[in-house]
Amino acid sequence: MISKAGSSQVVSAKNIFKSFKDVKALNGVNLEIQPSQYTAVLGPNGAGKTTLVEIIEGIQSPDSGEILLFGKHWKHNKEELHHLIGISLQETLFEDKLTVRETLKLFASFYKLTEKRVDEILEMVNLKEKHRSYVKHLSGGQRQKLALGIALINKPMLLILDEPTTGLDPTARREIWDILRGLKENQGTSMILTTHYMEEAETLCDQIVIMDKGKVLAQGTLEELISATNTNEIVQFKIIGQKTIPDFSNFKDVKEVHYDEVSAQFTLHVANTSEFLPVLIKYLNEIACKVSELRCRYVTLDDLFIHMTGRKLTDNTSGI
Amino acid sequence: MRSQFWQLLSIQFKEFFREPGALFWSFVFPILMSLVLGMAFKEKPEIMQHAAVVLPANNDSSKLKNFLELHCTKIKNKINEYEFILDNKKLGKTNDRFFVRSREESDIMIKRGQASIILVEENGKVNYLFDPANSESRLAYITISGILSGKSYISNPDEIQTLERKGMRYIDFLIPGLLAMGIMSSCLWGICYSLIEKRSKKLLRRLVATPMKKSWFMITMFMSRFIFTLLETIALLVFAMLVFGVTMQGSWIAFVAIIISGSFFFMGLSILLGSRTANPQVGNGLVSSITMPMMLLSGIFFSYSNFPDFIIPIIKYLPLTLFVDSLRCIFNEGAGMSAVIFPFFILSITGIATFFAGLKIYKWN
Repeated sequence: MISKAGSSQVVSAKNIFKSFKDVKALNGVNLEIQPSQYTAVLGPNGAGKTTLVEIIEGIQSPDSGEILLFGKHWKHNKEELHHLIGISLQETLFEDKLTVRETLKLFASFYKLTEKRVDEILEMVNLKEKHRSYVKHLSGGQRQKLALGIALINKPMLLILDEPTTGLDPTARREIWDILRGLKENQGTSMILTTHYMEEAETLCDQIVIMDKGKVLAQGTLEELISATNTNEIVQFKIIGQKTIPDFSNFKDVKEVHYDEVSAQFTLHVANTSEFLPVLIKYLNEIACKVSELRCRYVTLDDLFIHMTGRKLTDNTSGI
Repeated sequence: MRSQFWQLLSIQFKEFFREPGALFWSFVFPILMSLVLGMAFKEKPEIMQHAAVVLPANNDSSKLKNFLELHCTKIKNKINEYEFILDNKKLGKTNDRFFVRSREESDIMIKRGQASIILVEENGKVNYLFDPANSESRLAYITISGILSGKSYISNPDEIQTLERKGMRYIDFLIPGLLAMGIMSSCLWGICYSLIEKRSKKLLRRLVATPMKKSWFMITMFMSRFIFTLLETIALLVFAMLVFGVTMQGSWIAFVAIIISGSFFFMGLSILLGSRTANPQVGNGLVSSITMPMMLLSGIFFSYSNFPDFIIPIIKYLPLTLFVDSLRCIFNEGAGMSAVIFPFFILSITGIATFFAGLKIYKWN
């Protein structure tokens, strides 16, 4: 598929490096986004997600590497590219004493759009009833919807959202997801979304990019990423008493073992749960190990992240 | 829909007029200040002078004791405290209060600022103990020594003629000072601090990620601020003319030219100061470090001629001093454009230079 702007790829980032003083924010990142594709950039704080999207948005320049949007460089095509993208930065605070409508009208004027577009946006992001409210009187979810509305005002071909649902309650988060899903169905927009919520990435996106410490660890659809681990099923349980610690090193069905000493919880990646469970129960009886909270489930993005980095996605490190 | 220029301009007006704090500090505060200070200096204030008196051990024939008991009035419900009032229609009231104390107690009164002079009588002679560097103490010495020697400190009241002509009163001195101070504060807080705040909220970063014309953003900010400063100036001026009868002695054209050049200077300086930092606390410090010294030194409320001689040439060339001196010159001395051409050019050129320097290093992200 060829995008309206004339290139087959919406975003093409090759070997991007970016440092801030002694911190390597991006360390050779490659990324490609196809038309109408929703891509989630997933990673803990400090992974380099914001730096990557700000380089794509043209707000920052890479130290080295090449970034093309719709086949064009930012350097000589700023005006055109600004019309093709819509962005929502992490934690932008709009003017407190302007109303929702006035804020949208201001941004609409930058694209020479009419008041009709402002009405469409108010409808799209469910802020019609709040159009006369000052920004300072909006809730966190309503502010995020306003930021999303501003990002959508110019009917962008590429939408870039930096943690659009961080800090929102589940209801507000789902409301934003519904708006984004509707957009994909109706307008065929491409999207890059940074998040540290796996559910958000799983629910909304076709492609998932997992980042940590300035590097892309894995990139693909959820199915591709999971199949790359050779296992897609997990058996989890807690041991009681911790007198006897089970040893799974000789079990050929167990592909990977994680043991959390604090919660006394085992997480086993297995090829086939139904075949493995009777074997597990027999073994636990033999070694007189009592267990609780035995659960079987499919692999999630969080498991993938632990598999790749050895730590949880929600672990906090310094933010970049 | 209106173009981005009008949208940008209209949001500046909306932000300003919807902020009660901004309206208070811009319009109400300068008027209140002129009212309070203008009224305070319109009435002749009563001068209070406090003296500690140390009487000799054997005070039967004490000169000071005789003076206190024969010529002064005892203060009601107080022991060993007396007052002597000099009343003059032209000068107003001077109230001298005497506190009979031991020498140690007198020293403590001086240390606490409760008295400005100590009178000690020894061997029939009155000695005056005070710090000559303190003008209040010196005036107390002149007055009290005059009273004790039987003379009034006003040798010939008929020779005093009070200046009440317009342009010569304290309020005439004060109003140009308040106008200049208002413009300086309005520009520095309104532009510099506002830009820093917008940067800290990441709003500037969001705006430049659109096709917004950066130059229009700056121009509308300038235009709106200039209109606000003009409105503030007109409000204070009309108030001063109606309430205190302040009149313009010189050229209105020169007055407007100096107002424009002063506004340009402080607006340009605001862009330079607000060009880099994203921390509102640093912005607060930056603006205060510029406005506070100039407010103290540039003679807004009282003449800077009381400062030591070596510092006066520096004070004279501070931007706020150039601005306020020019306004006073036009307002009270009847000057025209030719008399203020030097400050006009200095303020305008440095304003434009700082504006472009600020734009050059301006950080939008």
